[in-house]
Amino acid sequence: MRRFSLTSLLSESLRGHQGWGRQWRAPEPKPRYDVVIVGGGGHGLATAYYLASVHGITNVAVLEKGWIGGGNTGRNTTIIRSNYLYDESAALYEHALKLWEGLAQELNYNVMFSQRGVLMLAHNLHDVQSFKRHVYANRLNGIDNEWLSKEECKAFCPPLDIGTSLRYPVLGGALQRRAGTARHDAVAWGYARGADARGVDIIQNCEVKGIRRDASGAAIGVETTRGFIGAGRIGVVAAGHTSTLMAMADVAMPLESYPLQALVSEPVKPVFPCVVMSNAVHAYISQSDKGELVIGAGTDQYTSYSQQGGLHITTHTLDAICELFPQFTRMRMLRSWGGIVDVTPDRSPIIGKTPVPNLFVNCGWGTGGFKATPGSGHVFAHTLATGAPHTINAPFTLDRFRTGRLIDEAAAAAVAH
Amino acid sequence: MLLIACPHCGNRPETEFRCGGQAHIARPEQPGALNDEAWSQYLFVRKNPRGVHAERWCHAHGCGRWFNALRDTVSDRFLETYPMGAQPALSPESETRA
Repeated sequence: MRRFSLTSLLSESLRGHQGWGRQWRAPEPKPRYDVVIVGGGGHGLATAYYLASVHGITNVAVLEKGWIGGGNTGRNTTIIRSNYLYDESAALYEHALKLWEGLAQELNYNVMFSQRGVLMLAHNLHDVQSFKRHVYANRLNGIDNEWLSKEECKAFCPPLDIGTSLRYPVLGGALQRRAGTARHDAVAWGYARGADARGVDIIQNCEVKGIRRDASGAAIGVETTRGFIGAGRIGVVAAGHTSTLMAMADVAMPLESYPLQALVSEPVKPVFPCVVMSNAVHAYISQSDKGELVIGAGTDQYTSYSQQGGLHITTHTLDAICELFPQFTRMRMLRSWGGIVDVTPDRSPIIGKTPVPNLFVNCGWGTGGFKATPGSGHVFAHTLATGAPHTINAPFTLDRFRTGRLIDEAAAAAVAH
Repeated sequence: MLLIACPHCGNRPETEFRCGGQAHIARPEQPGALNDEAWSQYLFVRKNPRGVHAERWCHAHGCGRWFNALRDTVSDRFLETYPMGAQPALSPESETRA
């Protein structure tokens, strides 16, 4: 891997930037790997990276049916925060946030992590009480989160309308200043580059069609469009398609896959200093460094793999945006798209073992997995390397749906995640 | 937005309907007799197929009645609607895509 530095930048600038080369190889699959990761999104690539960098396991393949980062990693609205209510979730997302804070240095790749703050608006008494409870719970867990009055919200985010004529007026908000955004593609590319440099094979255009098991029932490899690939351990990190993949090993999952939409406006000058989300009216907005307003909409009401959702879902979000930020009513929207998210009954992820020996799963991130990318990869790599979960992902078992030890962020996080 | 054919009212826009999720999940006759595994299957595990899915819909802002439907989750096309308590003419499993 050629490191990015001032010297390399200067020398390349004299050569017209012709010498950078490819950032990762395009290897042919080997017959067998110690670990095969199914799914080349952010979580899968991060898992491969930490397997190599933390655990020294470099005989690893990442299999991706399309191109890396082409699924939900490249489709989300890039919001990063860790102010979750329950201790288990707080530990997991804060672990991720701490890794985000040093990620660009660690990867030698600019992931454009920007801690511009995430402001969650309260519109009714229940919101106020619930958010204050979040603030107190977060503080007990050592996570920054503070309550702002509506005037303080306005000062932090000037485009916000705090007038009383709104259908759902703003009563205040919870602000996590360490939260923010990152460049989603760069996260996938940075992890891919770092993993590749440590010997991980990233194999794109390679779809898994089956999971082969031996007589004892243990998983021993995957059937792919590029032939059989043997594996010591298999980690499935496939978001919306997890149910389909796990069915290949006869494991039925407590998951449902829904389309989740996002959209961006035409690019404009910097007008929006932070991230604002409102669960009550479902608005979810930030401005990218390119200048586009990035807006997250909700999921459709039915399960689907179509990667497109209903127009009324995005319209609903835009109604709320226009109400809260009247200056955006004349903005034109450029593009909208959908991704397929896998949602668990308690809206918390599943990271760990499955009933099938040597088969592990990292899924169920639902509508909010991007923020956890480094932490998810880090603890899943630990699980794959040692065969046992890290203390942070130990509560996030598949078995919790049998034991009843749910981590019910569905109620805690309301909607937007 | 989907155009959904309510078996009682005809074609109506999706916003008039509520999707009730996977169809044909019968509540166990004797929940107390179930072990945790079977109870977990009933409560939480869903088919989530990539292909034809049997699901319940309610024409909430119309006739208010529930019905079942077969829908392809890749194209979102409705294949069939049929009354609650009945079985579909088409077989969902046979058409489920890999």
